[in-house]
Amino acid sequence: MTPETAIGPDGKPPLIGPGHTFATVTDKISAMVLTQRTPRVWWVGFAAGFAGVMLLLTTITNLVLRGIGIWGNNIPVGWGFDIINFVWWIGIGHAGTLISAILLLLRQQWRTSINRFAEAMTLFAVASAGLYPALHTGRPWMDYWLFPYPNTMGMWPNFRSPLIWDVFAVSTYALVSLLFWYVGLIPDLATLRDRSPTRAGRTVYGMLAMGWRGSARHWQRYETACLLLAGLATPLVVSVHTIVSFDFAVSVLPGWHATIFPPYFVAGAIYAGFAMVLTLAIPLRRIYGLQDFITMRHLDYMARIVLATGLFVAYGYTMEAFGAWYSGNTYEGFMITNRFFGPYAHLYWTLILCNVIAPQALWFRKVRARTGLLMLIAMFVNVGMWLERFVIIVVSLHRDFLPSSWGMYHGTRWDWGMFVGTIGLFLTLFLLFIRFLPMISISEMRTMLPEAAVKEEHA
Amino acid sequence: MSRQTGLYGLMAEFDDVNTLAHAVRTTADAGYAAIDAFTPFPVEAISETVAEARGERHNRLPFLVLLGGVLGGIAGYLLQYWASVIEYPLNVGGRPFHSWPSFIPITFECTILGASLSAVLGMLALNGLPMPYHPVFNVPRFALSSRDRFFLCIKANDPLFDRVNTRRFLERLGPQHVAEVDL
Repeated sequence: MTPETAIGPDGKPPLIGPGHTFATVTDKISAMVLTQRTPRVWWVGFAAGFAGVMLLLTTITNLVLRGIGIWGNNIPVGWGFDIINFVWWIGIGHAGTLISAILLLLRQQWRTSINRFAEAMTLFAVASAGLYPALHTGRPWMDYWLFPYPNTMGMWPNFRSPLIWDVFAVSTYALVSLLFWYVGLIPDLATLRDRSPTRAGRTVYGMLAMGWRGSARHWQRYETACLLLAGLATPLVVSVHTIVSFDFAVSVLPGWHATIFPPYFVAGAIYAGFAMVLTLAIPLRRIYGLQDFITMRHLDYMARIVLATGLFVAYGYTMEAFGAWYSGNTYEGFMITNRFFGPYAHLYWTLILCNVIAPQALWFRKVRARTGLLMLIAMFVNVGMWLERFVIIVVSLHRDFLPSSWGMYHGTRWDWGMFVGTIGLFLTLFLLFIRFLPMISISEMRTMLPEAAVKEEHA
Repeated sequence: MSRQTGLYGLMAEFDDVNTLAHAVRTTADAGYAAIDAFTPFPVEAISETVAEARGERHNRLPFLVLLGGVLGGIAGYLLQYWASVIEYPLNVGGRPFHSWPSFIPITFECTILGASLSAVLGMLALNGLPMPYHPVFNVPRFALSSRDRFFLCIKANDPLFDRVNTRRFLERLGPQHVAEVDL
């Protein structure tokens, strides 16, 4: 809880606690997987997550048996929790790619200790996100129809629709994130292979490491591959949420049809994602004693990114209102008035509280130095970003152009069940990841140590 | 020669990255070409010296990635063109069949996909991975190469290799151990 006082050579607190060597870094991180007793809190979390997975399976079974009528979606609100949760999850994933790709290109070394689990977070968030549109089709066993393939019906997808763009964007994103994560893991899997005390561990990690032996020539191509993947993942991550925003912006609905949507969605995604990274990092460093690796400086930087992207998002909200007023369009004007004062106004103002007002506390260094407060603000943002999608989707849809087609939307218990279920799925996958794979990149942490520097005369 | 002796090469172990960097430099300068260094993390200077000694200056990976990206993008665009214009022309709100601006997002995604797959598969293929068996793992202490030790291997198929003299050469470079690597 107390801010660390040690000062590194650059006049800032060091990114890695004092006294570490290649051996201690390797042993400490690999021991969390190989030898250390699984903490009791892990089991509690896993039990909760697993219960959530069971709930998810129950809701999916009922959905497949009875159809999507069990959800609250109905005309005029044809998109409900399914799309809200899809956008929420996929947005959360974006911080992982930002940390692993964009911060790598920008040579931000502090990313090293958080990139592995942030990438894992991306994968599991994308998996949770992907479930929703797949199930929303109503007949998920026909989902392969989404992909272009020669078929006996002689039909092809309509490539002019943003929804098919989304299929390509999200599946590419999922695959590239998986590849990037796996490539990053290979040297660490070799470490686990060489250090595992059990035969089963040596065999499984050995197969996954694919015979990695740390050859100088291999490292060279490996580094090139990582750098190129980072360069490719950077425009990819921006394109994914841009295309998600096209699902809305390309339509002609007031509240959706706005040119600010792509940048505003991308900023919102990074905002939500960093809040989730904080939500995961703060308990992790406490439970596993990782204060040496995930230092207060890391938390401070992440808090600053939350603050900055939060301001982008606040600008987005302002411009939405300004655009509605300045356009002079009756329907746009009504949409924004309805958002401020209509039947869902309480959700809009809660969203403003969570996403615009609460993060302003991060201006203060004292707030950024307190893990409890950071966790609280991250929770506000997690909730706020969910509400943002609710407001964009439901509040724009529920007042159709004619008052005769107005309606109200409420999630049913099955909607809530599935939402809680995907949180359980995310938690379960994440806990399995930290139990069986190194949650911090060991090989990259070694490069951060002063003894990793090669003196010039040898170069 | 190596086939007859059952020897893959000689492996020297170092406990410090600078000693290894110096050893690799010296070995390269002595004219050995069939060498490899093993480190627990990427060390650019060492990788470059090894590549230079082996006469492998090129890194073909960036070219493969470019090729994969270009092919992916072309394939993505042609797929959309063929499906929307030739195979299944569908009038959607009077838009032209060849609505090229609408084809850009998928073309972009396919470019990234092709390039990323080439980066990963190309890296593995050029590195010869997966490789289920490799002689260097026959040295028991080699397991430390993924923790905190640095290794230099001179292969037996190097023209300058001599079981006794090469060993003597390696021992002068300040290693902790020198071991024979069985095939």
